[in-house]
Amino acid sequence: MSWVTKTLKSTLGRKLIMALTGLFLILFLTGHVSGNLLLFKGDGGEAFNIYAKFMTTNPAVKILSYLTYISVIGHIIYSILLTQQNKSARPVGYAESKASTNSTWSSRNMGVLGTIILIFLVVHLQGFWAKMHWGEVPMVTYGEEEYKNLFLIVSEAFKQEWLVALYVVSMGFLGFHLSHGFASAFQTLGLNHKKYSPAIKAIGQAYCIVVPVLFASMPLYIYFTS
Amino acid sequence: MILDSKIPAGPLAEKWTKHKFNSKLVNPANKRKYDVIVVGTGLAGASAAASLAELGYNVKAFCFQDSPRRAHSIAAQGGINAAKNYQNDGDSIFRLFYDTIKGGDYRAREANVYRLAEVSVKIIDQCVAQGVPFAREYGGLLANRSFGGAQVSRTFYARGQTGQQLLLGAYSALSRQVANGKVKLYPRTEMMDVVVVDGHARGIVTRNLITGAVETHAAHAVLLCTGGYGNVFFLSTNAMGSNVTAAWRAHKRGAYFANPCFTQIHPTCIPVSGDHQSKLTLMSESLRNDGRVWVPATKEIAEKLRKGQIKANDIKEEDRDYFLERKYPSFGNLVPRDVASRNAKYVCDEGRGVNETGEAVFLDFRDAIKRDSRKIIEQKYGNLFDMYKQITGEDPYEVPMMIYPAVHYTMGGLWVDYNLMTTVPGLYALGEANFSDHGANRLGASALMQGLADGYFVIPYTIGDYLAQIPPKKVDENHPEFAKAKEEVQNRIKTLLSIKGSKTVDYFHKKLGKIMWNECGMARTAEGLKKAKAEIKALKAEFWKDVKVLGANEELNQSLEKAHRVADFLELGELMVDDALNRNESCGGHFREEYQTPDGEALRDDENFAYVAAWKYVGEDQEEELHKEPLVFENVKLTQRSYK
Amino acid sequence: MKLTLKIWRQKNASDKGGFVTYPVDHVSKDMSFLEMLDVLNEQLTEKGEDPVHFDHDCREGICGMCSLYINGKPHGPLQTTTCQLHMRSFNDGETITIEPWRAKAFPVVKDLVVNRSAFDRIIQAGGYVSVNTGGVPDANEIPIPKTVADLAMDAAQCIGCGACVAACKNASAMLFTSAKISQLALLPQGQVERKTRAEKMVAQMDAEGFGACTNTGACEAECPKGISITNIARMNREYFSAVVSSENV
Repeated sequence: MSWVTKTLKSTLGRKLIMALTGLFLILFLTGHVSGNLLLFKGDGGEAFNIYAKFMTTNPAVKILSYLTYISVIGHIIYSILLTQQNKSARPVGYAESKASTNSTWSSRNMGVLGTIILIFLVVHLQGFWAKMHWGEVPMVTYGEEEYKNLFLIVSEAFKQEWLVALYVVSMGFLGFHLSHGFASAFQTLGLNHKKYSPAIKAIGQAYCIVVPVLFASMPLYIYFTS
Repeated sequence: MILDSKIPAGPLAEKWTKHKFNSKLVNPANKRKYDVIVVGTGLAGASAAASLAELGYNVKAFCFQDSPRRAHSIAAQGGINAAKNYQNDGDSIFRLFYDTIKGGDYRAREANVYRLAEVSVKIIDQCVAQGVPFAREYGGLLANRSFGGAQVSRTFYARGQTGQQLLLGAYSALSRQVANGKVKLYPRTEMMDVVVVDGHARGIVTRNLITGAVETHAAHAVLLCTGGYGNVFFLSTNAMGSNVTAAWRAHKRGAYFANPCFTQIHPTCIPVSGDHQSKLTLMSESLRNDGRVWVPATKEIAEKLRKGQIKANDIKEEDRDYFLERKYPSFGNLVPRDVASRNAKYVCDEGRGVNETGEAVFLDFRDAIKRDSRKIIEQKYGNLFDMYKQITGEDPYEVPMMIYPAVHYTMGGLWVDYNLMTTVPGLYALGEANFSDHGANRLGASALMQGLADGYFVIPYTIGDYLAQIPPKKVDENHPEFAKAKEEVQNRIKTLLSIKGSKTVDYFHKKLGKIMWNECGMARTAEGLKKAKAEIKALKAEFWKDVKVLGANEELNQSLEKAHRVADFLELGELMVDDALNRNESCGGHFREEYQTPDGEALRDDENFAYVAAWKYVGEDQEEELHKEPLVFENVKLTQRSYK
Repeated sequence: MKLTLKIWRQKNASDKGGFVTYPVDHVSKDMSFLEMLDVLNEQLTEKGEDPVHFDHDCREGICGMCSLYINGKPHGPLQTTTCQLHMRSFNDGETITIEPWRAKAFPVVKDLVVNRSAFDRIIQAGGYVSVNTGGVPDANEIPIPKTVADLAMDAAQCIGCGACVAACKNASAMLFTSAKISQLALLPQGQVERKTRAEKMVAQMDAEGFGACTNTGACEAECPKGISITNIARMNREYFSAVVSSENV
């Protein structure tokens, strides 16, 4: 076994991958939420559609998007590997456990939260991402250029109450996932220092609220304004 | 047999150097052909096992705990002495030697104590190199404190957990040798007997505590590093598992037992709270620097206090008897351990004890808090106060602490010569298990020093001298002595399991403890000792008729483990009483009420008792034979201790 | 006090085991938890029943031998060792559930006794400074800043009881392993073997079958010696920098 595979097979190597992919996904979420803020612009979706085209055609963004796919898949695979390892580390459980006195609920349920987010992700990707890439999307022209009218698809989709509800609830789960995941990733990377850790924790707590709230407000905004 | 202490000739300061040079060496290529058994993995055992393995010997290390790191050395709080003189305050090897000899009330060997002081400086170097995190000054150099009334600051410490850090250092060195394959570790394995072949120790018999398997192990030498026997008193500051079995089995195989009656009773322990009490907890001696020791002036007030009719804080100043300050105006609350302990016993015997059991005195910080503020006291003793509160449920900032003396350390042990060899060739005793360095009373922060000195710096030299004289040929485990010893152990197990009596092992242990505490504790009389002897004999007979040990041998059986240990304590108890009865003087931890000065202080008899009392086992239920090793003092003048 | 004890009984490693309920009476609030079990065991022995086996030794909170998962928490409701837990922390009439530490790497030996030798093997993998006895420099030749010595001491206080593993939902031994790696990584004496130590100790920890760390912080919250998870972060740093820069391929 080479030292690389040996490291990636070690518990800490696996944790490292979880942390790095997690942090990259946090970066992705930051970009994703910033771009999608254009939905609030009230220009009938022009800025949003132009932004969407840029995001699907720019070669640099392409590379980033592949990295995102890899991160999602890596995060999932390694979480499964780690969960298997963790489960087998305690074959007989406790009859009584008061874990709530020593740790937060979200920190103990990252797997459950992640699974819910994964289910959401399937619905989300199937509804927008797949449609955008391979589906029939009406076109719209701004100036000389033609664009896929993704805004229309989004606004049509969020007229359905159940979907809006699903999005809002899922963002709640995402918030909990991030509330532990953000600072946890830094801890795993070994970045724990009494000068900086309080700041990392504070940013993490702000992030896990702000980003999901912004995401959740998009379907709500569209639902209530259309 | 004439006891040959093998003390090298020549000036005190040159003895050890000369002795090392004169000792025979084992050829480096031959070392791997010698096997050494080390029983016990405390400071002495772990350091010896690691050091011998480093030299190239094959070591087998045994401990009854689940890991070598659990040995009771881990519980030592205060520190470790070394004559480094880092503080430029006049310390020297000779001063440490002198303090130790004097502290031991002139009942230790000069040569051994001097060697201890000499190697003490190397211990600190060794531990620091291992990564032991001793306390440091802001400049990055090692910090020291003065301890136990010493006039120089020579105690190195790691918070209140010095024993833990030193043991973990030795344990790490041991672990390294386990990884190297030079030490084979046998945890949860108890030594049951020594195998003696042609007069030499050649192995041991063990019981695997998980499976019950009785096994033999052969070696060219056996080291007993099995600690002290304070648990003969049932209640002590020792760990629950601390026992005398290894030393006692060796004694019955021919190793003389020296000064068994020398027991140290520590004055500041948390008092017994009821019959359920299983062990006693030590509170650091440093508390006496600021706390004032007192009891009510009269029996009547004390009685009201015990019944809960009044509270300690209600008692007026004139109704309080600060008995140590009254009797010892110059040392006050800081008198040595034995004096403080004995006086606490006296006031409680007078009926002036303060807790429900009547066996406790106050250690009051009221005046110190008034004088220095609560904050200062908190800084000094915060963790101790917290510990006290956790155990007793009382807040010592608000109400006075209650303390009572408890058995803490045993200075007696297997008799060893200058090489740490017992009277059985090839059988060594190290650390608290031997008798050698503390005389009749041990100074604070000296136990850790001795354990590590024996293991790191004495035995690696002296064992070579013995091994070089025997051929490097595997010890034959098929020798009939091995099978015989094994069978004896198996028979004893069978007997214990087949008695099926009506009383639990703890019943006997508690009873023995009470006898020992009352008659062979802080103050002893010939009459009481004679009574104790008869009682112990009767108790022993009852034990072998009526003890109840459940379960089988072939499983983890904690009752059976305890039964073995208590059976040996019963025999040791009798010997302690014999020894105390024989020593018609008072010295250090041994106080015979008949022998005291007009004002109640210990009265030594140097003319008749400046000797080591080494007892030889001669047979079941027979009086042991006393052998005397005279103590010769060429470098110190014997004086009377006075703390008035 | 009158209590009901629900205790895990298991004859040996291969036995399936199960809970047995015992009533105990006349429990004093001044008893330690282990003394309360002593009383139960005396009663059981008198009745001819096998006493409950549990690990314990020093009973002053430092040897790390006592364990017990009490009412859903390692070492019970307080952040201390079981031997330092007193019955005044419980109420009259309460039912107390007592279980052994649960982890694949800590197999049950009997009743509440588990085998923690995995910890010894982790230390044997590299938890030491390789110096032989003798031939070391004078202790004061290696000045160490007080802050560094204090941090090292914080980590070195670990008593190896295994409460971290017991508390962790993944039965991870990272707090234990990291405490030793940290102590020696902080001190100048540990520098020479720093990289190899981190690699070997982590590898051994994995080989023993402990779980991974989810950074829940349960270990730190339950550790009777208050060992901080900053040590785990330090171990991670040590490990990652070791694997990319050491000579071990």
